[in-house]
Amino acid sequence: MVKKADNILNGIAAAPGIAIAKAHLYLKEIYEINGDPITDVDEAIESLNAALEKSKKELGKVFSLAYDKLGEKRAAIFEAQIMILDDPVLIDNISKRIKKEKKQPEYIVNDEISKYQELMNSSKEPYMKERSHDIEDIKNRIIRNLKKKKLQSRIKEDVIIVSENITPADTVLFSRVNALGYVTNFGGLTSHAAIVARSLNIPAVVGVHDSTNKIKDGDTLIVDGFHGEIIVNPDAKQLIFYNKKIKKLTEYDTELAKLKDKPAVTLDGREIIIQGNLDLIDELGLTIQNGARGLGLVRTEQLFQEFDGFPDEEEQYKYYKELSEKVYPESITIRAFDIGGDKVLPFDVKEPNPFLGWRGIRFLLDNKKLFVSQIRAILRASVNKNIKFLIPMITSMKEIRTFKSIIEDCKNDLLKNDIAFDNDMKIGIMIEVPSAAVLAGEFAEEVDFLSIGTNDLIQYLLAVDRGNDIVSESYQEFHPAVVRTISHIIIHGKNAGAEVSLCGEMAADILAVPLLVGLGLDSISVSASAIPYAKKIIRGILYSEVKEIAEKCLKMKTENEISLLLKSFLETHLKTESQNLF
Amino acid sequence: MIEKKVRIINDAGLHTRPAATIVKLAAKFKSEFFIVKDGISINGKSIIGVMTLAAEKGSEVILSFEGDDEFEASEVILDYFNRGFDEM
Repeated sequence: MVKKADNILNGIAAAPGIAIAKAHLYLKEIYEINGDPITDVDEAIESLNAALEKSKKELGKVFSLAYDKLGEKRAAIFEAQIMILDDPVLIDNISKRIKKEKKQPEYIVNDEISKYQELMNSSKEPYMKERSHDIEDIKNRIIRNLKKKKLQSRIKEDVIIVSENITPADTVLFSRVNALGYVTNFGGLTSHAAIVARSLNIPAVVGVHDSTNKIKDGDTLIVDGFHGEIIVNPDAKQLIFYNKKIKKLTEYDTELAKLKDKPAVTLDGREIIIQGNLDLIDELGLTIQNGARGLGLVRTEQLFQEFDGFPDEEEQYKYYKELSEKVYPESITIRAFDIGGDKVLPFDVKEPNPFLGWRGIRFLLDNKKLFVSQIRAILRASVNKNIKFLIPMITSMKEIRTFKSIIEDCKNDLLKNDIAFDNDMKIGIMIEVPSAAVLAGEFAEEVDFLSIGTNDLIQYLLAVDRGNDIVSESYQEFHPAVVRTISHIIIHGKNAGAEVSLCGEMAADILAVPLLVGLGLDSISVSASAIPYAKKIIRGILYSEVKEIAEKCLKMKTENEISLLLKSFLETHLKTESQNLF
Repeated sequence: MIEKKVRIINDAGLHTRPAATIVKLAAKFKSEFFIVKDGISINGKSIIGVMTLAAEKGSEVILSFEGDDEFEASEVILDYFNRGFDEM
């Protein structure tokens, strides 16, 4: 091991792997304004107009949704923002100044709009400061849209993205432009950006305090996604050590790849179906390559990014159909848009407590048109009979009955119009809220399958915000209440005749796999990169033995006892070279 | 040119929603339209300009109109102010 050097920053290991590359600082909120002179005025005016149009389009969506849901009064702020983009006085001034001063549009936009903000800030009225924030928003939106092209093309070589915080959308965006790793100031292990990074197989370390100040653009970085360490400008010794490690990892991956076509069967013959979680169709290759038996969780929220807004029925249909065909004859479980919480929200509704707010099924039932477009698209894509449909954030019987009747209406409509679909398409619900866990047996009688979402279940059960690094230590997978709740769901779900699967990140934790198998799960769904590891563990254990381990865990009273037991189990039973690696 | 002195009478004052409505009303007319408050003159066809005005309940502003349809414009916009921005 390397001696603890002073060029090491620590954070939370969010996605495994090691990357060595130059740092690329991505500062989202504060834009560096480029005041360089320009030569082509027409081009500058053109890019200004394009940025205004793009901003208008973005805000148009925000406005219409806010109008529907929040009413005319609260939507007025968005309407005013849109009007600013058409403000004859403002836009005229900006255009005139670009022509006269021959400077970058972003410089003029910033300068002109800031003048108004200064007026607002100098007011004695406190609400004028708020108004200045609103103006800040629109200013940043225009500048961002002016910069958009540059931002992407500027990343030409392989880099490690260093940012205050990173949204799932950013994670995706950067993965397409040579991002080899992620480092962020904030965020926890199960923040959505971390999940996306894991599924794209890109090492990430989050919660590195002040990383954007400690790391400079162009610094050479080593991101150790196993230990949550960042090495800034490594010396020769550190470079040699990590390059060796990367080589060993590659060899181990080759080893795991040999398991691709082998089933995940315990030594005493119990088979566990391992499926893949998928956010983007881009991940499908890796998922199949790693030997997934179908897709246990297809998240659809990312479609908003792909289509820059709500995709219509036809666009969705094509996407679901393509997935279903590529995975056939294995099945895919498509989850309805799970909007809200920390998930990508297509518009800015500010809720004091988004995790307890307008998300999942609540959002869908309030936006029936959107929900119906998705149900119809999925039904139409289901002709190969390998699609299952999963509904998130269920908390009550009423919600189950309401969405079931909406699905029935959609089916009748398709029948009437002679459109083909799978009439036996399996419908399931996410069990991720304590109320649903308690009523798992009753709910299971209404549907074909249950899917345990551990990320949300744990945070709701333990009242810990999973993205808050101050309390993230209290987010415990092996809290006795979590283990017992999972067991309760499995037993009562199965007794009611439903299939029970688990699709949270917990299933990707090598410590948790023996426990989950012992608790009686028949299938798990994990991100692509975790599939071979889970498989290797399952192939090395006895079901009879992990069942006993699980029973012991169910009797334990502290998290510490449970994780110690699981650790010692793993150490004594799975002495592999893998332990030296992680 | 027409100049009218008018008092803000609704509780919330000249906030974002009425600001937007005033600008939309003004856009229907060819005449120039300015709002003057505390000696500062703001182009009434510019939303971002109107938003910089802090006009509380009870404060006074001067509306000035100039152009072919200045009379019609002043009637419509003055009426909107006198209705308390339809928030009374």
